[in-house]
Amino acid sequence: MGDILLQLNNISVVYSDVIQVLKGVSLSVEKGHIVSLLGSNGAGKTTTLKAISGLLKPENGEVTDGSIIYKNINIQNQSPEYITRQGIIQVLEGRQPFKYLTIEENLRVGTATRAGKPYKEDLDMVYHYFPALVPRRKSLAGYCSGGELQMLVIGRALMAHPELLMLDEPSLGLAPLVVKEIFRIIKKINEEHGTTIVLVEQNARMALQVAHHGYVMENGKIVMEGMSSDLINNPDVKEFYLGMAASGIAKTYKDVKSYRRRKRWL
Amino acid sequence: MRKFSFHPCGNYHESYKQELNIFETDFGRACLLIFLAVLFFVVPFVAGPYTMYILNTIGIAAIAAIGLNILIGYTGQISLGHGAFFGVGAYAAAILATRLDISFLIAIPAAGFITAGVGMIFGLPSGRLKGLYLTIATLAGQFIIEYVLIQWESLTKGTMGIVLPAPKILQWTISGDRAFFFLIFISLVLMTLIAVNIMRSKYGRAFIAIRDNDRAAEGMGIPIFKYKLLSFGISSFYAGFAGALWAYYMVSITTEPFNLGLSVEFIAMVIIGGMGNIPGAIFGATFITLLNELLRYLTVLLMNINFVINLGFNIAPLKEFVFGLAIVLFILIEPKGLAELWRIIRSSFKLWPFSY
Amino acid sequence: MDFFLQLLVNGVCVGLLYGISAMGFVMIFKSSSVLNFAHGELLALGAFFFLALITWAKLPIIVAFILTLVGCFILGFLIEKFFLRPLIGEKLIFVIMLTVGLAAMFKGFILLIWGGNLHTYPSFLSESLSLNLGAIHIAPVYTATMVISIIFLVIFGLFFKKSSQGIYMRSVADNQKAALSLGVHVRRVFALSWAIAALVASMSGIVLGVMNGVNVHDLSSIGLKVFPVVILGGLDSIGGAIIGGIIIGLLETFTGGYLSPSLRDVVPYIVLVFILLIKPYGLFGLVEIERV
Repeated sequence: MGDILLQLNNISVVYSDVIQVLKGVSLSVEKGHIVSLLGSNGAGKTTTLKAISGLLKPENGEVTDGSIIYKNINIQNQSPEYITRQGIIQVLEGRQPFKYLTIEENLRVGTATRAGKPYKEDLDMVYHYFPALVPRRKSLAGYCSGGELQMLVIGRALMAHPELLMLDEPSLGLAPLVVKEIFRIIKKINEEHGTTIVLVEQNARMALQVAHHGYVMENGKIVMEGMSSDLINNPDVKEFYLGMAASGIAKTYKDVKSYRRRKRWL
Repeated sequence: MRKFSFHPCGNYHESYKQELNIFETDFGRACLLIFLAVLFFVVPFVAGPYTMYILNTIGIAAIAAIGLNILIGYTGQISLGHGAFFGVGAYAAAILATRLDISFLIAIPAAGFITAGVGMIFGLPSGRLKGLYLTIATLAGQFIIEYVLIQWESLTKGTMGIVLPAPKILQWTISGDRAFFFLIFISLVLMTLIAVNIMRSKYGRAFIAIRDNDRAAEGMGIPIFKYKLLSFGISSFYAGFAGALWAYYMVSITTEPFNLGLSVEFIAMVIIGGMGNIPGAIFGATFITLLNELLRYLTVLLMNINFVINLGFNIAPLKEFVFGLAIVLFILIEPKGLAELWRIIRSSFKLWPFSY
Repeated sequence: MDFFLQLLVNGVCVGLLYGISAMGFVMIFKSSSVLNFAHGELLALGAFFFLALITWAKLPIIVAFILTLVGCFILGFLIEKFFLRPLIGEKLIFVIMLTVGLAAMFKGFILLIWGGNLHTYPSFLSESLSLNLGAIHIAPVYTATMVISIIFLVIFGLFFKKSSQGIYMRSVADNQKAALSLGVHVRRVFALSWAIAALVASMSGIVLGVMNGVNVHDLSSIGLKVFPVVILGGLDSIGGAIIGGIIIGLLETFTGGYLSPSLRDVVPYIVLVFILLIKPYGLFGLVEIERV
């Protein structure tokens, strides 16, 4: 095992003092790795990311138990301003560009954590990873396509020089080819910059292909973890997330519906 | 089966009908009856003329505030033109009474309906506008109405003002604080009753749905524009009705009082009383009226102290300052208003000695 | 014709001032979605601070001007910190009423100290600033107004378009959550926008004071005139605020000059209602870019 960059110990998250979403989640992220977090809707993946990045507070959520340790510092319930300045940047779900800013201005917002420093080189770096953005640099982000926006928000996060980049469903609503392209770039960023990446995905196959390590969440708990290669071959993961029957043959939708049993791990 | 009941310590409703009841318990009903009996049969005969004057002012303000609460608190549309609508009602009653010689029994409700019409005209932008933009549109309404009231001299006599005849029923003339007390407070009770009942009808539910999420309400099949207009209409009706009462009570009216400041006072009543709460509007009206009177009293008092006069300050603006401060403090400390405080006090009595 | 040109020049000058006061208003609205009803009072506070500094403290004009701007900058900052911050996320009406309450407090404060009479600054603009273009005479105040307005416009244009802080401010206005996720200091942006708005307001207050004399009631009513201006220009467009200001300024002076002086003050609101009915988000407001 290499260096552990981020460690979640048994954290619980409660929204509005009553709704418990995470019930004791523990996970660890090794430096320089891509870790993917899988699970169905409402499993608590996004909440986990927000707990790390400090974005729970505006939504009236709170980490009530456990600890989040990043580079040996406790960061649970810190403000997002503080956490982002430690090098953790979360890319929000559903592509949230600044619609009325141009692409280039959008990218410049990414420098907020190190305001005042030169940013020209970083712009070049982002344009190098996402050449598709170059011709659109002066146009309003609100008028760009979904694929461009996804590149934009990832690029924007890169401007902050993150050590830990957390991506929330980068494949959401994109054409398969674009998804492939984006995952290729994610892998490239990880390899070239050594950026540690936490990847939340519904598209389990894609995610497990690029990730080193995977966690499966259900109902606010981690139910399974392992190396990606192990997970990909796990019969349960195959059945639930990769749409394969235990035998390895793709099932028809009709079959899935009629006798899909809901397996519980705990 | 009826039984005299105290407040239960939980929600034990078994049907929608129970949920909709105005009074949960007979105890509450009895309390209100006792309160009304004291109000009508004891207060007017023990209170002095000054107290009666304040009570009457509160009563009129409360009617207008209930109307505004229907619009702001229940339908979620902010109007900065309520003061002007109040003025429209006052002028409508005055013109009906002086030009057409109509009895007050007809003139007052008619003034309400005229104002409702005017209110609906200024509610028209609500079909396309929401939130801030609508607020600004009603602000424009306030200024336009003020301008019309001053400039349309052939009808409103401009800055000269209009003197109203004393209201008469058959041979009996209503004049003096005590007679008006009955007129005003019977109106207030009626208007409160109407408001409470509107709110538990289909219309009230539609208003609340629009307030909580107008798009979702539209999706549920509520024609939101129609209901928003209706809400503007009802709220202006209340303002006009109150304005008409005020015109009769004051005997002579000029355009001066119906400015933006009055609109702000009405909103302050709604907020301080508690939004979306009809008794709250009455609390708010009471609070603001009393605050105004108290501040006036204090400034007069201060101005007679030699020390303050020697400072060379004009103390009168202190009133404005304290008024602003009261609004700010209420919003920062208890945004749900007096009605919430009242609820807390009541429930701590109800639950005593086991407060959980 | 000369009368027309004279009105035109006056209208543009007054309009520029409206536009600049509206700019501060728009700034607050853009970053924190707060409709500031105390804007006119901020204007008046600036004008009276300046008055106090030059008549009581007898400071030189330039020093007093700069001190006033700095003072108002700090004041704006404090207002945000103590009054607006606790209300972040509250309903619109509370925020509106809070600013209304603040307006009453400020107005009461000014009345308490300076009273409701008209004060004037000692004249300090030299006659050499006056321009004569053909038959029309432009008074020094108007020249100074134009120069100051244009300087402020350029500064703010550059600030929002080029500087990082300006871009952060716009990003917060655009998508607060995303800005938060990138580490933009959102609370600092709110405070800064109030501070800048108060600074700009005090500047317009001083210029208006030089032009028409310093009176609480007049100055605070300018705060309400900002509404037609910003609606005309679109609530969220800074450039639109300036153009809206000029249009309203022209409309007012022409109505006052040709129709009737009493109509002058209502005309902006009548136009406002029509604009809202026809083009609800203003002439230059951003068209809502809505994507699903």
